Amino acid sequence: MKNWWKFLGIGLLLLASIAALRIPLAPALVHVSPDRIAPGTTDITITGYNTAFTSGALVKLVNEEQQVCATSVSVLDASHLTARFEVPAGMKANLTDVSVDDLIYTGALFTEGLGAGITSAVCPETYPAPASFTFPNRSILYESIRNLHFHVPMWFTMIVLMGISVFQSIKVLGNNSLDNDLAAEMAARIGLVFCVLGLITGALWARATWGAFWTNDVKLNGAAVTGLIYVAYLVLRGSVQDAHKRARLAAIYNIFAFMLLVLFLFVVPRLNAIDSLHPGNGGNSGFNDLDMDNSLRSIFYPAVLGWILVGCWMYDLRVRAARLANNLDR
Amino acid sequence: MKVSALCSAVWFSLRGVCSTNGEGGPPTFVPVKPGEIAALLRLEVALDLRQRAAWAGMLLYVVSAVYVCYLAVKGGLGLATWNALFWIILLFAAFNALTRSFQREDAGRQLYLYTLVDPRSVILARAIYNAASMVVLSLLSLLVYSLLLGTEVLENADLLQFVLAVVLGGIGFAAVLTLISAIAARAGNGIGLMAILGFPLVLPLLLTVMRASKLALDGVAWSITSTYFGGLVLLDVITITLAWILFPYLWRD
Repeated sequence: MKNWWKFLGIGLLLLASIAALRIPLAPALVHVSPDRIAPGTTDITITGYNTAFTSGALVKLVNEEQQVCATSVSVLDASHLTARFEVPAGMKANLTDVSVDDLIYTGALFTEGLGAGITSAVCPETYPAPASFTFPNRSILYESIRNLHFHVPMWFTMIVLMGISVFQSIKVLGNNSLDNDLAAEMAARIGLVFCVLGLITGALWARATWGAFWTNDVKLNGAAVTGLIYVAYLVLRGSVQDAHKRARLAAIYNIFAFMLLVLFLFVVPRLNAIDSLHPGNGGNSGFNDLDMDNSLRSIFYPAVLGWILVGCWMYDLRVRAARLANNLDR
Repeated sequence: MKVSALCSAVWFSLRGVCSTNGEGGPPTFVPVKPGEIAALLRLEVALDLRQRAAWAGMLLYVVSAVYVCYLAVKGGLGLATWNALFWIILLFAAFNALTRSFQREDAGRQLYLYTLVDPRSVILARAIYNAASMVVLSLLSLLVYSLLLGTEVLENADLLQFVLAVVLGGIGFAAVLTLISAIAARAGNGIGLMAILGFPLVLPLLLTVMRASKLALDGVAWSITSTYFGGLVLLDVITITLAWILFPYLWRD
């Protein structure tokens, strides 16, 4: 069973992709109307996402230490409910959180009030909903968080393939073998495919979350430079006729470019990290804050491994096909 | 007294390393051969003095590029634009100047050099010579540029830092483009290939040096800009080391 890793790659890729698309997002409150309330009797309509509101829902307003419980709750459907509050005049003029059971919408609405003189109501205890396997539901990201399992593995796979390419190039310098040169070229070609896929998934994600397909971000510049370098590598290969000379020139450029690329991707961003919109850079919350219950991680790592194995398989197929073509020519 | 003793000790140890590569015994690994590098540098200078038109051409290129910018923008440049335009002019000047580095080599002289010297000495001598000529070219460009496009931008600047950025940037361009020029010349498809191969590799350096010089123009303190200058020195050193490692493979045919 020498091809076990191909089956493993396909299996992991299928499982991770299906899981990435099928696992629901965690329930959350997404909209509260009106967004400004005054003291008196007020009806508030709350919209949830992936929620299962029931008529027994406990709804409250929380304004720092002040707390007001809903007097009545009418559930319209699983994701809409209307709650009636008797808002006391002593509420602080402040942003107020709205909560339904254990779901909290922070800073949902603005309350007008005199600022002091009410004692906090004691609302009935709420019990946390039974934990189920969900992806984090974060504002701005929402459903697009699934793209994590497609966008990020592309870059991991690309780096692995470019690493294979450089490894083969180093061997070319040692033994002048045309077979290693072929392998280096094919690894770079497949790596470039993953670079393009990474750029496409990234551009779509950027449009959905940041509002533009392309931003001036250190990681995007790194991706663009990577693409340019490997296209230049292929152009260099195309412009030299003699096979042995081509092998050596391409190997030298590949090694030189890869080392500078490593510097560009991993050292220069340390200097300009503040420019990045990516998680974990420039004060943005990283993977650790996003993924409190490890639900993303448990899909993400298999996805990365699956994509890397499938990328290596693609590379293997291209190398074997090219070898066969060479033998036919001979 | 102590310093001179130290210097002579270093010099003799280097000569000692060189002399172990004599006829007796297996060839030993010699990292640098100062004698060869000095001779090659003299050769470069002699060749350049013979082709003064090339230097005149480079200077004219810079002056015309700056003049075109001057006519196009008609003064009133903001700090960021002033900086960006300056580096773009310098980038193209570097490509223009360094493409010559290995193009002018004909096959006969290359073979002759190959029989005489270590390829590592060739690349180090070329890199040093190119770095020196880039520094001269950058400082001259800076002079022409600030004459034509105005020096208001330099009023709040930390001039020492800015000149340091220009010098380190020039050295970095030379370091990257020397090896690329050798590859392009070997591939036999000179100038077009040089630009295609060189641009993506120069970008890391260009972004860092533009940021450093922008901070220098803003007059930011050393404590903040030193990271960028450290990064620039690191990039320069790593690039030259890579060229030094890879060039021997490029040279033999």
